[in-house]
Amino acid sequence: MEYFLQQLINGLTLGAIYGLIAIGYTMVYGIIGMINFAHGEIYMLGAFISLIAFLAATTIGGTSVPIALLITLFATMILTSLWGWTVERVAYRPLRGAPRLAPLISAIGVSIVLQNFSQLAQGARVKPLPPVFHGGITLMEGNDFTVSLNWLQMVIMALTLVLMAGFTWVITRTSLGRAQRACEQDMKMASLLGVDVDRIVSATFVMGAMLASVAGLMVTLYYGVIDFYIGFLAGIKAFTAAVLGGIGSLPGAMLGGLLIGLIEAFWSGYFSIEYKDVATFGVLVMVLLFRPTGLLGRPDVEKI
Amino acid sequence: MLPAALRDAVLAGLVASALALPMLGFRLVDSATGLTLAGRFDLVAWAAGIVFCGRLVIRLLPPLPGLPALPAGTKNLRLGAGWILAVIALVLPFLPFADRNLVDKATLVLIYVMLGWGLNIVVGLAGLLDLGFVAFYAVGAYSYALLSQTFGLSFWICLPLAGMLSAGFGLALGFPVLRLRGDYLAIVTLGFGEIIRVILQNWQDVTGGPMGISGIERPSLFGLSFKAVAPEGHQTFADFFGLDYSADHRVIFLYFLILALALATNLFTLRIRRLPVGRAWEALREDEIACRSLGINPTAVKLSAFALGAMFAGFAGSFFATRQGFISPESFTFIESAVILAIVVLGGMGSQIGIVLAAVLLVGLPEWFRELQQYRMLAFGGAMVLIMLWKPSGLLSHREPTIRLGDPR
Repeated sequence: MEYFLQQLINGLTLGAIYGLIAIGYTMVYGIIGMINFAHGEIYMLGAFISLIAFLAATTIGGTSVPIALLITLFATMILTSLWGWTVERVAYRPLRGAPRLAPLISAIGVSIVLQNFSQLAQGARVKPLPPVFHGGITLMEGNDFTVSLNWLQMVIMALTLVLMAGFTWVITRTSLGRAQRACEQDMKMASLLGVDVDRIVSATFVMGAMLASVAGLMVTLYYGVIDFYIGFLAGIKAFTAAVLGGIGSLPGAMLGGLLIGLIEAFWSGYFSIEYKDVATFGVLVMVLLFRPTGLLGRPDVEKI
Repeated sequence: MLPAALRDAVLAGLVASALALPMLGFRLVDSATGLTLAGRFDLVAWAAGIVFCGRLVIRLLPPLPGLPALPAGTKNLRLGAGWILAVIALVLPFLPFADRNLVDKATLVLIYVMLGWGLNIVVGLAGLLDLGFVAFYAVGAYSYALLSQTFGLSFWICLPLAGMLSAGFGLALGFPVLRLRGDYLAIVTLGFGEIIRVILQNWQDVTGGPMGISGIERPSLFGLSFKAVAPEGHQTFADFFGLDYSADHRVIFLYFLILALALATNLFTLRIRRLPVGRAWEALREDEIACRSLGINPTAVKLSAFALGAMFAGFAGSFFATRQGFISPESFTFIESAVILAIVVLGGMGSQIGIVLAAVLLVGLPEWFRELQQYRMLAFGGAMVLIMLWKPSGLLSHREPTIRLGDPR
């Protein structure tokens, strides 16, 4: 029971991170119908930028960790979202209206470029960061196993909740969100009604990159090691999460992320750590077999 | 015009410096006290300057003219180009400047040409997005390596077996997922590629894990071995033809082997496009609903394309294993799938010659810049983006309907 609870906590933490990345995939897919392959790389850049910003903030004289982290959070979100914006502007926008596979190939190219750029700029070795947070609370003490929830896990979950709430508010209540939903339904009609489609798509990429950068920051703090290659696997898993939840659906992306995190944590906890990725994709195939549109996706009706 | 362009360029330069500031401006350095930062802001200035100038030039120059569109009715021209390419490929090893190195590289390019032609059946003809093509390549390679090492079967027996096994995997994977929409297929194939790699890496007893399989048997020509000393009961190629032994013989033999395999793939594709099933693939790519209402079973048709593509990847995989003599999961990463898909899409989907062109461009050219190892992949990714921006539907994208009712207008 204690072990189960601990895996549940670990899984939810991991799932929150996947969910934040998955939102970027699902939003972009919802609006322009492309798989943004470079999104995993944006998350990787977010991790690097957050590490650099954190070191810079502590070097300049922030002895107080919370303040340094707050600075890091904002710096990371702004700088990484600029990367997201640039990628869209340079590599995807000229391809709007091109054959369906063209943006995908372009995205794979961007992903290769960003990976190798980071490797060249920062070196191929893993970058370790000593733990920033210490301690936590003990939830339950069993005979020989203690269930603990450390501060960092609490911060990750709280931050995810705050971001999700803010994000939902933007999508449902603001004019930007309304325009985004309009573009998702019918881009041509939205542009006829005076919505600046290019601006909305840019905003979508910026928002996705912001959430991914926060995920990158969390991973840097949580695992303490990052390298230039982390974006690939995290990207695939987050995309799997988006598909699992029903691509195009925002709550679905979060739900899918949490599920993927839980599956991974439980599989590594009870079975084998080597095959955890196999388990993840196995579950995806099973879900798609029985619910082809994902868990929360709307069935798409083909009209002629 | 100038002020607007200047403002644009300044803006681009500013964005570039903001982008470069964290990633280029600081370098993470491992030191005794943990991770520290080292500044190198000159790089940021360089990046901003280059982007500023580049943007200015792009704004002021007239847009790049595209390749002249191929005039209609170029079928003969294309056919001619195809034949010329085939003849060049046939005589390549005997040209005066062809050394062992060149033939070796040409062999590598041909592997990708064959993989591209195989994937073209799936992506170009049937319009199914497969992001895990390398999985079938891996299945072919490991099938050959394991069959030959466990049962001592020769390459020529293993080749069809490996193809069949790959096709079997294609059927098993395709059957559940081909009913889904295209993008779901993409992620499932991507996941499948990863699964195969993870299994190869972790199933140590069978696959040798990360160490891979080494000492894989080399192929023979009708029992003639290409080793310096023939095994028991066999003759060497050099003895049989009364030549002096040379390691080049095998290199040239492997080159012709992959050329034959690739040309067989090409011929197969060209012929099957004229058969009902080939027509059904292309029809399905264009309009699935129309096909269904005409009584075509989409799942069966897609499945056949998927399995046939996988079969050719299996052939190419066993050739790869026999050429290298050593395989490990390292050779079958996602990047390979991406390269093959890029070859198909950059070549212009469905164009057989375009695929050759793209393979030479993407695989052949970087091979010559091996010394610039570090920057090679960076340039590769950049080239993928630039070619797509320049020709979004591929280098040779002229697509003629394969069948037409009445005279063309």
